[in-house]
Amino acid sequence: MSFFKIETDRSKYPQRDAEGKMQIDLDSGKYVKLWQGPNHPGVTGNMSIELTLAGDEIVEAKTHVGYLHRGFEKLIERRLFIQGMQTSIRMCVAEPDSNEYVYCACVEELSGIEIPEMAKWIRTLILEMARLQALLRVVPGQGGTFALGVGVQWGVYMRELILDRFEELTGARIYHMFMTPGGVRGLLPEGFKKRMEENLKEIDRFIDRIDNLMYNNAVFKKRSIDVAVIPPSWIDKYGIVGPVARSAGFKRDVRKDYPYLAYDQLDFEPKVMNHSDIYNRSRTRWHDLITTVDLIRQIMAKMPEKGVFKAETPNVLHWQIPRGETYVRSEASRGEYGLYMVTDGSDKPRRINLRGPSYNNAIAVLEDLLVGANIADVAAIMVSLQTCPPEIER
Amino acid sequence: MENLIEKLKNIFEIKDAVIQRPDLCFATAKKEQTISLITHLRDYEGFSHFVLLSVVDWIEDKQFQLTYFLNNPTQKYDVAIRCIIDREEATMTSAHHLWKQIATYQRELKEMYGIEFPGSPRLNESFILEGWDNIPPMRRDFDTKKYAEETFFPRERPATNDPAEYMKSKLYPDE
Repeated sequence: MSFFKIETDRSKYPQRDAEGKMQIDLDSGKYVKLWQGPNHPGVTGNMSIELTLAGDEIVEAKTHVGYLHRGFEKLIERRLFIQGMQTSIRMCVAEPDSNEYVYCACVEELSGIEIPEMAKWIRTLILEMARLQALLRVVPGQGGTFALGVGVQWGVYMRELILDRFEELTGARIYHMFMTPGGVRGLLPEGFKKRMEENLKEIDRFIDRIDNLMYNNAVFKKRSIDVAVIPPSWIDKYGIVGPVARSAGFKRDVRKDYPYLAYDQLDFEPKVMNHSDIYNRSRTRWHDLITTVDLIRQIMAKMPEKGVFKAETPNVLHWQIPRGETYVRSEASRGEYGLYMVTDGSDKPRRINLRGPSYNNAIAVLEDLLVGANIADVAAIMVSLQTCPPEIER
Repeated sequence: MENLIEKLKNIFEIKDAVIQRPDLCFATAKKEQTISLITHLRDYEGFSHFVLLSVVDWIEDKQFQLTYFLNNPTQKYDVAIRCIIDREEATMTSAHHLWKQIATYQRELKEMYGIEFPGSPRLNESFILEGWDNIPPMRRDFDTKKYAEETFFPRERPATNDPAEYMKSKLYPDE
């Protein structure tokens, strides 16, 4: 039995016209306009959704962004390649290391620079640590949308442990900039692997507890199973990637499909499910958490102890890149995360354009997925798509 | 990849094909054939995943370069189709009927570059900017610094170093 009954008689509800547009007469007194966000605990950052409700059922949803536009892509067009680093990483707050990687990889590819083996392993480690800290927030965060706050508190603590390791390795907790065009800035500190292993053991226990707390919880299951189902036909039609696509039965993972850095030397299999509702999308991410912990262990066991960590690069103040263009992708915790870079022979990029999964998820997918949903489920649906507004309005 | 380019050349007028990586190639199509080409790639060549629609402002040539990135998830490679349009009368055929997310890209490009996509849904609704009355801000001739100085009141700022000079003194002190 569902907590929220959706009326099956649709005759009282607005109908779509021949162009598929919802016919809504706000003056009829049947509907309510409600803005969820930008200041609302249930929205994932600075965006808002304009909802039209009939009772507590959503009949139309429109996403509005623009609350944190900082013009990063424009700013980078006026920066040297090395100066673009610290601007580009801020395009995604939740997982900035993916920005570091795609930006560095574009610069290196267009300059014809091959990075050393050691740098590949350290970059892989950083990307997996970044995925881990992002998942430690979003996996229990799904419970938080159903007022299950305990897991969120645990997750915050676990994430802090990984941020401690980031601070030890890079000197920074959020924006690390440990990657640099040509490689990385240094080797792992003495005893880093031992301390990381201690943290991973704690996270192992957390993963088991989350399994009990969320996925065997009657309220969580009732609120998430068969809610906001994404049919397989939507995956390509809407450009859905990452865990959302995998939960619908599509084995899409950039690390496997287009192996980069040291991923081809690691043994892992991304979890694929066959019914993309809130429960399975969250469950897919929970499995990703297990995979990521395992990958960090594999990386630490397989990576060389010492070696050259940065290739020779031109003088960064006079670094000019010949005219060219490329697109480099990586797998962030949300899915395919890519950067299109165009160079024109000068010392600054002509154009960079970020492609983040939230661009599709938060607008095209969310607007259609919310129609017919209950008002109480909006926050849960957003979190299940892992929307991240900063990567929409770069 | 070469086979695909040769195959497409038999049907469409394609030039400047560049194989950037074994899994990525760029090619330029004629403006009037671009949407037919990407429809063909979607329907007959397995490019079911639309990755990105981007634009590059070649102001010196008075041209915009639209770039449509398509991905073939089975063969695991990408094709980027470039389309050159006139910068002064920037209009392009809409592709919103092919993939759902394209309408969002086109709405953004209308706002940020002033490119028209007739028929695209909600094209004229503001996307990121609200009440913008200047030239589209991502165009190369829009000067962000000048705009900020003219629009916002002057503020006292702490003394700063010129980034280039500061970096030079730190990184290359002998130069």
